[in-house]
Amino acid sequence: MSLRELYQEMIVDHGKHPRNVGKPETATHCQVGHNPLCGDKLCLYVTERNGTVENVHFEGSGCAISVASASLMTEAVKGKTVDAVRDMFAGFHQLVTEGKEPATDMGKLLIFAGVMEYPARVKCATLAWHTLNAALNNDLRDVCTE
Amino acid sequence: MIITQHKTPLNHEQIRADFPILKGTNRGKPLVYLDSASSAQKPHQVIEAISHFYTHDYANIHRGIYELSTRSTRLYEDTREQVKDFIHAASAQEIVFVRGTTEAINLVAQSFGRTRWQAGDEVILSEMEHHANIVPWHMLREQTGIVLRVIPVLDTGELDMTAYQTLLSPRTKLVSVTHASNVLGVINPVKQITELAHAIGAAVLIDGAQAVPHLPVNVQDIGCDFYVFSSHKCYGPTGVGVLYAKQPLLDSMPPWQGGGDMIETVSFTQVSYAKGPQKFEAGTPDIASVIGFSAAMHYLQHIGFPFITTHEQALLRYAESQLMTVPGLRILGTAHPKVGVVSFVVDGIHPHDLGTVLDDEGIAVRAGHHCAMPLMERFKVPATVRASFGLYNTTDDVDALVSGILAATRLFS
Repeated sequence: MSLRELYQEMIVDHGKHPRNVGKPETATHCQVGHNPLCGDKLCLYVTERNGTVENVHFEGSGCAISVASASLMTEAVKGKTVDAVRDMFAGFHQLVTEGKEPATDMGKLLIFAGVMEYPARVKCATLAWHTLNAALNNDLRDVCTE
Repeated sequence: MIITQHKTPLNHEQIRADFPILKGTNRGKPLVYLDSASSAQKPHQVIEAISHFYTHDYANIHRGIYELSTRSTRLYEDTREQVKDFIHAASAQEIVFVRGTTEAINLVAQSFGRTRWQAGDEVILSEMEHHANIVPWHMLREQTGIVLRVIPVLDTGELDMTAYQTLLSPRTKLVSVTHASNVLGVINPVKQITELAHAIGAAVLIDGAQAVPHLPVNVQDIGCDFYVFSSHKCYGPTGVGVLYAKQPLLDSMPPWQGGGDMIETVSFTQVSYAKGPQKFEAGTPDIASVIGFSAAMHYLQHIGFPFITTHEQALLRYAESQLMTVPGLRILGTAHPKVGVVSFVVDGIHPHDLGTVLDDEGIAVRAGHHCAMPLMERFKVPATVRASFGLYNTTDDVDALVSGILAATRLFS
């Protein structure tokens, strides 16, 4: 059953039809992230104002897990404060590495709990989050989850 | 030496039964191991040879004056002779034991290349090389300013031999290419490549990692100056590989790692080095793995390459014909001859996702760039799925693979 959990309908859907794709004029941060192990690569465009993440968009290509994770992340962080986003990042990491529901409200992101059974895919799931974290920290280096 | 040999005619089921791990599981399903190009599984004869060695014959080599050490040394040096016969070298003095193919290439780059080439000298590689045959030369470029030239790969997966000939020039010092591609499976015309390189005075290194497990190799017939391969891909243990180098070259090369066993005399003001391959074998080697490697070569020689190549080529043909029935599946590289390696992509399914679905069915394939990023770039794919065959694989394994791929297409449709 673990494969069904990993590739449940919402993940497959977001992997094939990701939301918030594109490069908006309003972006205040741009960050590249890649997973050289399997060729996932994405460019995040973050629109942040007064400590709130107004929007995140992305461009790129990769496996279904990495694309779905990026897509669902852009929905989850919209309108949240930077501190709240950082909490979600920590919560997401705990979710996919330990399979445990973190204290932070993860909403739809809980569907990624299945990744824990497939350690080789953790880096796919966390790529977008690592990249977002780096963007918010104004880290100018490309993010690499190798 | 404990080797239990099969009686002829050879029975494939009995051969398969030699590999204990194949009775095991992956994700709770019967293991279907299709990743021998990454590393081959081991027959019980190899496992027992290592265990027997540690139980009865183990001591450090070359140094002791007691009988046990003489036994151990003899087993080690007999393996050197065996390798010489295995690849048809002229002399055991041309066989250096290293950690693996990667270390062998690094040794040549640092000991042969670094000491005699200058800025502007050229090394020719190919677009299909494994990183082990790219990065050491890149590092040498950073150190000395040599120039790297690259033989293109055609859409069929063959080397562009016309382009190769235009790359050869008086500045070419070395041509370093793979015997068989770890991604495409394509077998390169290494004898012709060597002849053309020698004609303009360049040396040749052939990376045999993917060839030696699958076909008989004759380094004298190829004519190359260096030939490298690993034990663990030949059904032997990890930790040992071979650098074959023509004796005059080896004798002219300075040592690469310093320490015990590669010297004649040592003082604080002066060191004299050992002669022959010992000059490149500093420190205590992975002795037991050399003995295990010997058992692996015995195993292969007993089965014989006619049986191995017939079996694997039939399996490859079956796999290719079955894979082509999957809608949206494209095999990379259609040229033959090939060793039993097939890389493919499927429309709408990323290789990593396909690999995970197959993992769930108990099937072990490789999904990724296969340490060949330039080749992925050449074929404009981020990654591929690679199925690779060892002598223990069957048509049932191929059927399981195809069934798994079809399950993935249904999941992602």
